[in-house]
Amino acid sequence: MIEYIKNVWLGFWTVIVGMRITLAHLFEKKVTVQYPDDRYPIPPNARNKLYLDPTLCNGCTSCERICPVNCIKVETLRVVPDDPERPMIADGSKRKLWVPVYDIDFAKCCFCGLCTTVCPTFAIKHTVEFEYSTYSRDELYVRFSDMSPEKIIEKKKMLDEFQAKEKAAKAEAARKAAEEKSKTDAKAETSPVTESKESN
Amino acid sequence: MGEKKRIELDYSKIESDRMRLNVGPQHPSTHGVLRLEVELDGEIVTEVVPHIGYLHRCFEKHAEKMTYPQVIPYIDRMDYVTSMNNELPYVMAVEKMLGIKVPEKVEYIRVIMCELNRIASHQIAVATFGLDAGAFTPFLYFFRDREYILAIFEKASGARLLFNYFWIGGLSADVHPTFKEDVLAIVKQVRKTNKEIEDLLIYNKIFIERTANVGILPADVAINYACSGPVLRGSGVKFDLRKNEPYSIYDRFDFDIPVGMGEVGTVGDSWDRNIVRMREMEQSCRIIEQAVAQMPDEGDVQEKLPKRIKPPKGDIYMRAENPKGDLGFYIVSNGTDKPERVKARGTSFVNLSVLPEISKGYMFADLILILGSIDIVLGEVDR
Amino acid sequence: METINFVYNLIPDQFIAIIVICTIPLIFLIVYALLAILGELKISAWIQERLGPMRTGPWGILQPIAEVVKLIQKEDLTPDTANKPLFNLAPFIIFMGAYASFAVIPFSRYFIPSDINIGLFYIFAVGSIAVIGIVMGGWASNNKYSLLGAMRSVAQIISYEIPGAMAILSVAVLASSLNLEKINIAQEGGIWNWFVFGGQGSWDKLWVVPFTLILSLIYLISSLAETNRTPFDIPEGESELVAGYHTEYSGMKFAMFFFAEYANMFVVAAVLTITFFGGWNSPFGNFMQGPGWDVFWFVGKSFFFVIVQIWLRWTLPRLRVDQLMYVGWKVLLPFSFICFLFISLFRMIN
Repeated sequence: MIEYIKNVWLGFWTVIVGMRITLAHLFEKKVTVQYPDDRYPIPPNARNKLYLDPTLCNGCTSCERICPVNCIKVETLRVVPDDPERPMIADGSKRKLWVPVYDIDFAKCCFCGLCTTVCPTFAIKHTVEFEYSTYSRDELYVRFSDMSPEKIIEKKKMLDEFQAKEKAAKAEAARKAAEEKSKTDAKAETSPVTESKESN
Repeated sequence: MGEKKRIELDYSKIESDRMRLNVGPQHPSTHGVLRLEVELDGEIVTEVVPHIGYLHRCFEKHAEKMTYPQVIPYIDRMDYVTSMNNELPYVMAVEKMLGIKVPEKVEYIRVIMCELNRIASHQIAVATFGLDAGAFTPFLYFFRDREYILAIFEKASGARLLFNYFWIGGLSADVHPTFKEDVLAIVKQVRKTNKEIEDLLIYNKIFIERTANVGILPADVAINYACSGPVLRGSGVKFDLRKNEPYSIYDRFDFDIPVGMGEVGTVGDSWDRNIVRMREMEQSCRIIEQAVAQMPDEGDVQEKLPKRIKPPKGDIYMRAENPKGDLGFYIVSNGTDKPERVKARGTSFVNLSVLPEISKGYMFADLILILGSIDIVLGEVDR
Repeated sequence: METINFVYNLIPDQFIAIIVICTIPLIFLIVYALLAILGELKISAWIQERLGPMRTGPWGILQPIAEVVKLIQKEDLTPDTANKPLFNLAPFIIFMGAYASFAVIPFSRYFIPSDINIGLFYIFAVGSIAVIGIVMGGWASNNKYSLLGAMRSVAQIISYEIPGAMAILSVAVLASSLNLEKINIAQEGGIWNWFVFGGQGSWDKLWVVPFTLILSLIYLISSLAETNRTPFDIPEGESELVAGYHTEYSGMKFAMFFFAEYANMFVVAAVLTITFFGGWNSPFGNFMQGPGWDVFWFVGKSFFFVIVQIWLRWTLPRLRVDQLMYVGWKVLLPFSFICFLFISLFRMIN
């Protein structure tokens, strides 16, 4: 019986205690904010939407390789040595590769921050922007390359020409070497080591 | 098992139709996408069959295709409320394979971050447990505090939930300059809220009636099912890897292991599991205070490592005390920069297996509470 | 001509008056429900240190209207396997049960829709109609959760009517009437004469005050159970039964359930006001007393108890089914019997 009265009293009393606490909170300062109007500060190192500075990117593709979810797609073109533009990267070093394609699929990105740490030129960075919802997934596929299509075609052409030239030069060299070889072959028998080398 | 059950029915005498009820995967209190197949006799549960796999993301298979640092973002997503704690055993395992020792400052920051994340995880556990019991307000008080903790994580690592902060050989970034003050302010706030929640929820008579003597898990059953963490300690077993097998620098701190004592009911009931979490938050506060006092201000946070991390051939098993139990990683290395196999011993997965054993004979409303008291995260159950 | 006469015979002179009397509570109820929803949203938000709805109108005061518009726009789904006539009928029956009670609620001494002698009994009788609606909705939904919720609800409402009725009965003993107007008049003359403090009488009524206080508390608790509010909201307990008996309802039919719940909250608050807290009477005797003030005091006190119900809801966890029965049968009922005994004794002596 004493137990029963005690339980009933406890039930009543703890309800009163709880109501006192909630009543006190009723008049306390509220912690939520009206989101789009005022918002909590985001620290500058927050990892949100990625941003690539195309003038800094040297096309090393480390980010593409480290990305755990394969959301970065990079394609590069070799810079022709006698390019009239004499391209430079923004940090002053000489550009060796054009980056005609640098795409990030933000629908896939997991914001792990690995790409930003491997980048040798600090071209890819996380920004504090986090509101980029779109109505379709295609809009989340962002192309960062600053090269215009005409420029890409031009550079491709230049590279092709250069490569053709190079190839011709190589073929010339190979032919010369072959001629040399045939001359030497005619002169004397070759050792099996050099033979295997040439067959490669 | 179960000498003292609330409802005792002699099924041989009472004949009635059983009802099979499908709870989940879209149910408000299955804490994710768990599906329970429940057989009910009126309101009394006679059989529970958990069905899992709705959140399976092939973590272990993915890990075989990834380099060692690339695995860490996937580990974050296992138990997404305790990412810091998840990263720790994996990172320690790879470091041990490589045979490197991380700087002193890194160890302290890791411990502080882990304990903060333990508090955040236990806050969610207690909050959702209260929510299962129908108390909505404590849930939001806990979430308010959790926001403050997440703000610290964001300042330090840049992310709020999936940090990728512990790296092999160090940390991804140094902590911000006001780190120590922020952490101590959090500790103060956590203590204040916990005091309030004890009055509002934990010692509320209705809450005690709902949770005491419900879902009793005897110590021997808990050990047989390999339960760990607060589920095991709630049954009165004093086992905590931080004390029993000290890893990192946990042997430098003075703290207790709270165990369930059956204050309001039987040892090992839902209330005990819950109170263990409440008291562990206080112990974590103690560890944080000591760690902040001892932490060196100066120092590097990243060991020099080769560009490609290639642990030598061999295997390793490393475990650490997660908020939900002990989390272990078994890593087999074949000498390349990609692991041959990464096997995780998920704590929630193991703890969930005890649910059918302890929920038989209770009412349907109790089943939800028992599930809440085990505190599972489906991201880790399915992986 | 004859047919027109027939119609005129059907329509008595007070026809317009009847329509007005019927619609005034409905208009009041709609305005009240909007206010109560706003109160629920805002009080819950403030208790939880949130701001609550802020966008619709200044400080979000138009939020309830927006919610009603939303509910009207929503698709009205009926499950394929549901028993359609019963499924569609249930929300209306529940609302009817709540609205019928307004027939006898005296807002002021000049506005009592129906001044019947068994007003209290009538409120209890029509209040039970809601059970039929709940069982109907729960069974017709053809959903296991709904069925479980409906079954729980029946057990709950029936058991909690008894302690509630005992509390009301003791007021009937004190006032010697079941007529709500007479009960109000019996409490005239200031706060000390309210039934919560034992009613009219000199200082020798002091020993009966604890019993009336406890009885008012018992009525408050059992009224919470009757309206399915926390801590007795197990019929809809969202953590177990998803939404209980109205799991399958959507759109306007769900709005009817919602509306009925708020209407019921007001009815029980009004009954508590009338029986224990002086009804339309001012707490300061003749000061601030009059037909206009009557409405103010009555509605104000009722609103206060509605707010108490909201406050309790956002504080407490919910009970389990068997514990609910325990509280009803083993705690409230014995206490109400004891109190009733002493009040009857007090009445006999005086």
